[in-house]
Amino acid sequence: MAEIAYWEAIRRAHDEELAHDHMVIAMGEDIGVAGGTYKATSGLYQKYGAARIIDTPISENSYTGIGIGASMAGVRPIIEIMSINFALLALDTLINAAAKIRYMSGGRASCPIVMRTPGGTAHQLAAQHSARLARMFMSTPGLRVVTPRGPLDAYGMLKSAVRCNDPVIIIEHESMYNMRGEVPDEETFRPLEGAEVVRGGTDITLIGYNYSVHLCLAAADKLAAMGVSAEVLDLRALRPIDRDSIRRSVEKTHKVVIAEEDEATVGVGSEIISVIIEECFFALDAQPVRVHAADVPVPYNRQMEKAAIPNADDVLAAALKVLGRV
Amino acid sequence: MNASDQKRLLREMIFYRRFEERSFEAYMERKIGGFLHLYSGQEAVATGVLEMARCGHDYVITGYRDHIHAIKAGAPPREVMAELYGKETGSSRGRGGSMHIFDPTVNFMGGYALVGQPFPLAAGLALACKHKGTDQIAICFLGDGANNQGTFHETMNMASVWKLPVLFVCENNLYAIGTRIDRSTAVTDQYKRVAAYDIPSSQHDGQDIDVVMAAATNAIAHVRGGKGPYFIEFMTYRQRGHSMSDSNAYRSKEEERLWLERDPLKIYGERLKKAKILTDKDIAAMEKSVLEEIENDIIRFAEESPEPRVEDLNKYCLDDKPDPRWIGPLTQGEQHG
Repeated sequence: MAEIAYWEAIRRAHDEELAHDHMVIAMGEDIGVAGGTYKATSGLYQKYGAARIIDTPISENSYTGIGIGASMAGVRPIIEIMSINFALLALDTLINAAAKIRYMSGGRASCPIVMRTPGGTAHQLAAQHSARLARMFMSTPGLRVVTPRGPLDAYGMLKSAVRCNDPVIIIEHESMYNMRGEVPDEETFRPLEGAEVVRGGTDITLIGYNYSVHLCLAAADKLAAMGVSAEVLDLRALRPIDRDSIRRSVEKTHKVVIAEEDEATVGVGSEIISVIIEECFFALDAQPVRVHAADVPVPYNRQMEKAAIPNADDVLAAALKVLGRV
Repeated sequence: MNASDQKRLLREMIFYRRFEERSFEAYMERKIGGFLHLYSGQEAVATGVLEMARCGHDYVITGYRDHIHAIKAGAPPREVMAELYGKETGSSRGRGGSMHIFDPTVNFMGGYALVGQPFPLAAGLALACKHKGTDQIAICFLGDGANNQGTFHETMNMASVWKLPVLFVCENNLYAIGTRIDRSTAVTDQYKRVAAYDIPSSQHDGQDIDVVMAAATNAIAHVRGGKGPYFIEFMTYRQRGHSMSDSNAYRSKEEERLWLERDPLKIYGERLKKAKILTDKDIAAMEKSVLEEIENDIIRFAEESPEPRVEDLNKYCLDDKPDPRWIGPLTQGEQHG
């Protein structure tokens, strides 16, 4: 068991899957000779060559479409889009093609692609580099959407995504690539479905995904110091949502906070609250509270950016409100 | 090409015309729903190009005017008609309809409703052929209207840079839905547009199947020979509207009359008669046997086939038999808490 960085975990998954199956290729902007914006494919061009580690022009919609077309003929492409903001350019091929081809062909064709992309705010990248957009992909039938919170899932979910026969969207985070965590030395696959109880607790459930799990964990530490036992649930997959795990946790704690880095409108939190109401409304002792970004394009100014994006103290404050301690 | 092949080709084109015209009738009877885009008038293009390809081996992909491309590529016509009827026996099990015919068993990889979307998908199929090291190629049929999408430019660029084995067939029928080409497109000769991407190209008469076949033979040899993509433009004309909901108010009667004189079935039929390969009587007999086949076999099959079961609504959204190793759920042992 070694402690490695998130980007190293992604790189290792690429390396193992490329070695395992000649049909696996990777494609994206600057992933080859330049080694990848976040180093996630560094050294692979030298190892596997230009035919399998493909540097693409800046044409997100069509290189994604090329990956989709190749996948229909047996290739397993791992497509990197440098920022989820740029994935908006590829929505036609991702949503109108990849997500629908299996269904509209009556199951006769399929698109086993993986699309990896970082979504999230980092350091003053401003409005066009700070979108999160997970909510848009999670509302699309025909896709799988996963949000690894650390190196283990970043590694093991990418490996599973390459083997899986469905189109899988992996949403990473610009602020997590250097985050470290333990990953087993032996080959490991992490499932693409199922939420995970990251920290057990009895008084309140804090639900997060991707980076916001870390906000929940930090808030749970502060709550513990105040004598409150918080359970932290990492959704891991936004599509499909693990309704059972949400219900089980709420039935145990009866109180919920949902932390999302995205804007709230028609978002992850609204979906989770709907799930709770449908699954276990009468288990609730208090009104659920969402912690979310301000409903504005992300500003450049450092102070304003900070104010727009939720932090651990916001999760703590929401928890105290749900607990009736304010 | 020998006389029996020539007779077969004429019969195929007559069959394609009757297939489309019969689906027009079924649409009027409300047995076919949605949008229906007919290929009448353009038959020589798909028939001629795919006659020269290796159907079942090469990949074929197109837009929403896809029935005839699918059939010539090898999809059973019964299944294509059953798809138009929305039946479980249809090419896409009734889930796709007219615009989304699929038959991967013969490498016909679909009809798509988003104009220009098949460009990158075709290049991807070609990338797969190249990656596997086979001598397969991908053939992409699209109209002139598709060339004003960004996917055209993006894909031409990548297909050229990566020397992908893909043949782009542009069926220039002069109208992007209801807008004439010179009103929407700065360069009306489509084959000239790919010069910017260093892709060899040519323009030909799309109404004469002999011209189409000769041009396609050269283009396919180029692509299969590993020299990268080729773009071939055929001048053609659809005899019906863009779809069944088309007012057809944007074309002059005179223009329609001129193109009807250049009907591909008429041109080829006359040629075979002149060469004493067929007589008027033979062609009439051919027409009759085509009509009987369509009525007694194809329409009957579509009519008598079962509807998909509504209980299967959620089927085919994702892989219906996923491997639990990749999908989960997460076991207790994998949980950290």
